[in-house]
Amino acid sequence: METSSSLSVEEILSSKRVLKRKKRLLLLFTTPLLIFVFITFIAPIATMLYRSVYHPTVSQLIPLSLSQMKNWDETQSALPDGMVLREFSLELRSLAEQRLSGKLAEEINRLKPGSSSLIKSTARKLRKQKPEQLQLTGDQFLLASHKKWQDIELWRAIKRAGQPFTDSYYLTTLDLTRNSAGEIEQRDTQIYLKLYWKSLKIALIITLLTAIFAYPLAYYLATAPSKIANRLMVLVLLPFWTSLLVRTTSWIAILQTNGVLNSSLQALGIIDQPFELLYTEYATIIAMTHILLPFMILPLYSVMKNIDPSYLRAALSLGARPIPAFFKIYLPMTVPGVSAGALLVFIISIGYYITPAIVGGTEGQMISNIIAFHMQSSNNWELAAALGSLLLALILALYWVYDRYVGVNNIKLG
Amino acid sequence: MKRLLPIVALATVCNLASAEQLTAVSFGGAYGAAQQKHMIDPFVAETGHKILFENYSGGIAEIKAQVESGNILWDVIDIEVIDLERACSEGLLEVIPHDTLPPGDDGTPAAEDFSEAALSNECGVGNIVWTVLYAFSNDTIKGGQPSTIADLFDTKKYPGKRALRKRPQVNLEWALIADGVPKEQVYEVLETEEGQARAFAKLATISDDIIWFDSWSQAPQLLNDGGAVMVQSANGRIFDAIQSEGKPFEMVWDAHLYDLDVWAIVKGTKKKELAMEFIRFATGSKPLSGMPEVAYGPTRNSSYAYVDKAVIPKLPSSHLDEGLKASGEFWADYGESLGEKFNEWLLK
Repeated sequence: METSSSLSVEEILSSKRVLKRKKRLLLLFTTPLLIFVFITFIAPIATMLYRSVYHPTVSQLIPLSLSQMKNWDETQSALPDGMVLREFSLELRSLAEQRLSGKLAEEINRLKPGSSSLIKSTARKLRKQKPEQLQLTGDQFLLASHKKWQDIELWRAIKRAGQPFTDSYYLTTLDLTRNSAGEIEQRDTQIYLKLYWKSLKIALIITLLTAIFAYPLAYYLATAPSKIANRLMVLVLLPFWTSLLVRTTSWIAILQTNGVLNSSLQALGIIDQPFELLYTEYATIIAMTHILLPFMILPLYSVMKNIDPSYLRAALSLGARPIPAFFKIYLPMTVPGVSAGALLVFIISIGYYITPAIVGGTEGQMISNIIAFHMQSSNNWELAAALGSLLLALILALYWVYDRYVGVNNIKLG
Repeated sequence: MKRLLPIVALATVCNLASAEQLTAVSFGGAYGAAQQKHMIDPFVAETGHKILFENYSGGIAEIKAQVESGNILWDVIDIEVIDLERACSEGLLEVIPHDTLPPGDDGTPAAEDFSEAALSNECGVGNIVWTVLYAFSNDTIKGGQPSTIADLFDTKKYPGKRALRKRPQVNLEWALIADGVPKEQVYEVLETEEGQARAFAKLATISDDIIWFDSWSQAPQLLNDGGAVMVQSANGRIFDAIQSEGKPFEMVWDAHLYDLDVWAIVKGTKKKELAMEFIRFATGSKPLSGMPEVAYGPTRNSSYAYVDKAVIPKLPSSHLDEGLKASGEFWADYGESLGEKFNEWLLK
């Protein structure tokens, strides 16, 4: 080898050692970042994925009833036998004493709406009973306390809620459910698939719009004299540095029925009736396009800035017409910028939450708003986790498709 | 004087050392300001303890997160009864010994002084009676004025936008009442599939004319800027706009849905005793009598002695016959499933 002629073996080894030490040192420097990423990013996502399938609450609350219920065949039309019912009445009583009956009620209610108040009120009644008595007649007490306890669907729901590992949240996210015979069928409420589709559509439209607006602007910025380009750049960046909330709420002022846009159009006599723009899908799209525009302009600009204008001039001087020359010479060279911007805008917009919540009304809602609903209002964190996981999977799948057809190596941010 | 100074300083330090800080949360706005004035400030002045008074937007998600993680940031919370029911039975709140509440200023024992609903849950003490009603502006609706819930659904007689809060609660009840269901049977009907379908069908008759909003603060604003001719609102918000800003708004009391707000203590707080002391103070006759300033009724009878006679007819407690008590039990049962159906219906 050529190096061995000028360097001794020891020298090579020592240089390798130095290199190794340098690499280790570098790794040491990145460790805080790695730990940070793990704690704040990977661990929460893993917990979320786990939460969407593992849900032990009910199996921890009423373990004895559930283990006795194993022998009960829920596909038959008979109630669980007296032993199960007696055990359940005892466990419900002790839950009531520990003030945990509400937790059980909420879980069962999710599978059988309307059973929450039944379980809670029965728990209150049971608290006044003696355990020894319930051991003997708990089943009769239960059945006598409310006729709903004779509903076999309720017991099926209890058994199903008692499984610690469940796919039911994922079925729900796909608008499916399991019927009493254990078969998968369509749910009564069809909502989540529609919302995923809608979020996807909105994100695609926004990506397309930002690309259409950003491309000529970035081209102008990249070719204009630096004095003008710098001033225009400030106009791009200034809104970018303004609070997201401020930009979103200012769209309310512009879009509302008697807002800036409608009153100017009416004053100019262009329209008689004001447009209804606020609280629609259009509002979401318009506001988000505006907010995400810099994410498209900046990568495009940095790529275009590095393209030598002489290529296009050469093509023209060799006889190409301007339009074909643009498509054949210039456009392919900007693909890294377009794809970087498109990926950024698309991924940010599909999970966007604040803007649709503020200007989107009911039409302009996206899947993230429903995830927030389940986190904050309905307290169904497991379903929120399943919806979030599916969104993550969707984005990863799209990223994979993108990598196959466009190539991730094609991305260039600057 | 010079000799006194160190003593004064020492006394202040001692006082600070024994004083504790309590964190209380409520809903802010004019309501929060009234609580600050009549409950928080007097308590601080009387006991020397400090209170950090924060805002939240309701719901039990944050409380659940605090209790489950064992990291309790809030000690005392102002919570809607609809959430109280659930939070209490899920073990997120401390049990409050109602027998330690002080008697009213006129000597009536607490158990008789408070309205029945105010002490009906073992985790809370009633604070105010408030209601959801609809209001219109005299500027936009002239001539025949709307007076019933059916008018809200009558877009022929009263054309224009209606602003409603985006959730199934209240809206489904109103839809059924406007469709002819007697008030007493609303929840019974709404429990059935047909009843739910009927309510959504009634809502659908005006769906093109509805503006949905998220926060109560948007209601008076929508009415004010002409975004809607009728708005659903917490009564205090409209009252405040009329009273302090002189807006030409009118409230319609037909089929209003009233409920309580209560004070409660987050489970596992280290300052339970102090929190209890605060609640005992805040639900006394005098502090409660300050709430009518924002048109929310006090939960103690003895408080009315202090209330301005002119305000009393504007309080929800004076209109109970026209209204309907919101059912926390029903919404604990059907809140989630109807919430989903509501979202599905909105997407159509």
